[in-house]
Amino acid sequence: MLGPFLETLIGGLLTGVLYSLVALGFVLIFKASGVFNFAQGAMVLFAALTVARLTDEIDGKALGLEHFVIAAAVLGAALALVGWYAWREYVARGSGPGERRRLALLAAGGALIGGVIAFAYGKGAWPLWVALAATASIMGLLAYAIERLVLRHLVNQEGIILFMATLGIANFLDGFGQTLWGSDIYTINLGLPKDPIFLFEGVFPGGLLIDPAELFAAGIAAVLVVVLAVFFQKTRVGRALRAVADDHAAAQSVGIPLNTIWLIVWTVAGLVALAAGVIWGAKLGVQFSISLIALKALPVLILGGFTSVPGAIIGGLIIGAGEKLSEIFLAPILVQAFDLAGGGIENWFAYMLALIFLLFRPQGLFGERIIERV
Amino acid sequence: MRLGKAALLGAAIAAAGLTVAASAQAQNEQFIPGLVYRTGAYAPNGIPFANGVADYYALVNERDGGINGVKILYEECDTGYATDRGVECYERLKNKGPTGAAYFNPLSTGITFALTEKAPVDKIPIISMGYGRSESRDGSVFQWNFPLLGTYWSAADIIMQHIGLKEGGFDKLKGKKIALVYHDSPYGKEPIALLEERAKMHGFEFMPLPVTHPGVEQKATWLQIRQKRPDYVLLWGWGIMNSTAIKEAVAVGFPREKIFGVWWSGAEPDVRPAEGGAKGYQAAMLQHGSGQFGVHAELKKYLYDKGKGVAKWEETDEVLYNRGLVNAMLGVESIRTAMKKYGNKPMTGEQVRWGIEHLDLSAARLKELGFDGMLQPLKVTCSDHEGTRAGRIQQWDGKKWVVVSDWYQSDDKVIKPMVDAAAKKYAAEKKLPVRDCSKES
Repeated sequence: MLGPFLETLIGGLLTGVLYSLVALGFVLIFKASGVFNFAQGAMVLFAALTVARLTDEIDGKALGLEHFVIAAAVLGAALALVGWYAWREYVARGSGPGERRRLALLAAGGALIGGVIAFAYGKGAWPLWVALAATASIMGLLAYAIERLVLRHLVNQEGIILFMATLGIANFLDGFGQTLWGSDIYTINLGLPKDPIFLFEGVFPGGLLIDPAELFAAGIAAVLVVVLAVFFQKTRVGRALRAVADDHAAAQSVGIPLNTIWLIVWTVAGLVALAAGVIWGAKLGVQFSISLIALKALPVLILGGFTSVPGAIIGGLIIGAGEKLSEIFLAPILVQAFDLAGGGIENWFAYMLALIFLLFRPQGLFGERIIERV
Repeated sequence: MRLGKAALLGAAIAAAGLTVAASAQAQNEQFIPGLVYRTGAYAPNGIPFANGVADYYALVNERDGGINGVKILYEECDTGYATDRGVECYERLKNKGPTGAAYFNPLSTGITFALTEKAPVDKIPIISMGYGRSESRDGSVFQWNFPLLGTYWSAADIIMQHIGLKEGGFDKLKGKKIALVYHDSPYGKEPIALLEERAKMHGFEFMPLPVTHPGVEQKATWLQIRQKRPDYVLLWGWGIMNSTAIKEAVAVGFPREKIFGVWWSGAEPDVRPAEGGAKGYQAAMLQHGSGQFGVHAELKKYLYDKGKGVAKWEETDEVLYNRGLVNAMLGVESIRTAMKKYGNKPMTGEQVRWGIEHLDLSAARLKELGFDGMLQPLKVTCSDHEGTRAGRIQQWDGKKWVVVSDWYQSDDKVIKPMVDAAAKKYAAEKKLPVRDCSKES
């Protein structure tokens, strides 16, 4: 009995790490803008689809040349824009005359170079690292578009309006991603070992099973958490992000550029979505259902708090382990004791677990306790 | 100015004339709705099926000018495999065309359940080929439902017969464990009754293991399989749930040769994402498998060579595309059957219902239609809305599906009493009239 219990616990914890990866994206944006970004799941799908299709050659169904040219053009344009942005922010320290024309020229130049590279490359599948770089750029460009076209116009609006805007973004990305890249199931091959690892075979009959892909995911998540923690606590931008989250108007009044902060945070959330998408995609195959994984992050957020990076990690672990243990050990007891019809309980049990925690800590495990004095 | 008015009047008359002509043409069209899913979680499986259906209707229009001269007017509505959206599509499309919808193919057991009570009111038949309520094959109660080619009880029985044969007889199943990994929905729950019955008969332990929609999270399920070590696993999944199940089987080291999928778990999108891991996995066949047959030559000649096909030509030999062709052909032949009685004009749902109930496709007719090698002859009657109960088992060899069994017939000694009892119960619950099929012509 101990063997199966430990095996389920380990499996649940490793799955929980994957939930944490998705939850991290939500936390980042909520921390910096107070927006619950409903589009995070769609961003995970979009990023995964882009990587999968750029590296794809499943059964000879390679994409047409035009897709690669478009992606490379976006990559080139994104690189040019990021370069321009860095130059403006850190070298020129502000915008100057003729900026719009320079920006257009840069983007066009980048797109042209990217397109030429893609054309030279031919229509063969891209190496993973090139596809990852291209997708990271595309996610950056997406963040730029979201900030420029949506968020900038909603500064100081009610949180619910920003939330509704993210709902729109989610639907757009879900549909656009599938229109651009297709709705089949695609694969991302990270070259991970697929055969299970068995530990303590001498102690437990059959040993304890570990999925190496999930171990790898846990490693990636750990690195991301360290990087993000340093980013938030130790950098000037990180402190500015936290200030913006507390009060948009006050942050602006002390000279924090709100739009820049939003662009950065949406880009970082896009990169987290890319990491989550690649790992989930490698595990399950890339397909629309990946965006539904975002729903798994909701109980994690309820439990861990919407503003805490460690909360997303610990919450993910508790939810992952809790739902697997409940499905295997609790469900049969419940069915037998109350003569129930049966069925999976892990989905709703995760929410139950989160709600029970809320009874004792309404702000979540690591959420900030907000006291407003009147 | 006067000239301008005359021109305007002329244009109006011409436009009216065109409208009348178009309307007359529209009066000679048979409207067939398509509940499909080209988007959403189940799109990878929905798209090839929808392509097969659309191509077959287009072929009939292009090659024959329609069904006995009546052009098919086909319109798709995307349900996303969601029951509420399926009902919405049904309501939107049921009255379209000069005679309303000929029939509906819900392509979802959940939507079929929801429409089963609407169909008798609207007088539109439901063709649920290879899915839907298993007891709905009893036409004396379910007048408007047609689970053509096979129900889930037939599918489960065919798989159990194959396992029994491998083991050396049903008696060898005593003491064995057989798990069912199923989509936690009306679809996934359908085979449970049959498997419980078989477990009682042969003394094996039956373990139902539910997987919640859409089936991407199956770790708990497969850890249970690893811990309880069943001898066989039956898979009742759809869409990404199937490939995820195979990947999880690899992750826990469960042999793929001991997993048997239903016919909705036995197509290319179910195995390709699992790459080499799917090799050895087996699935029931809804008669046909993959490959190209007589009808494909016609499709190439009349559609694909003219750039009118919906799919890519190299994908037209896949299992679900072929299933779409079969589904559309059964619908068209039912309308043709109805026309023999009611005349060559657009049929109403009620007339098509009669046509389906009198559908009789002989081997010669199947050959004529280009479906020989894909299907066995079928004959639908008042008391048997299934038409045939034959199936085979296929195995994925890493690149393609290979047929690995002879034909099986599901055992009516087991299934018929179950159908009768369930249909009787349904009729009593819903206070439905029960037809006396011995008096039907």
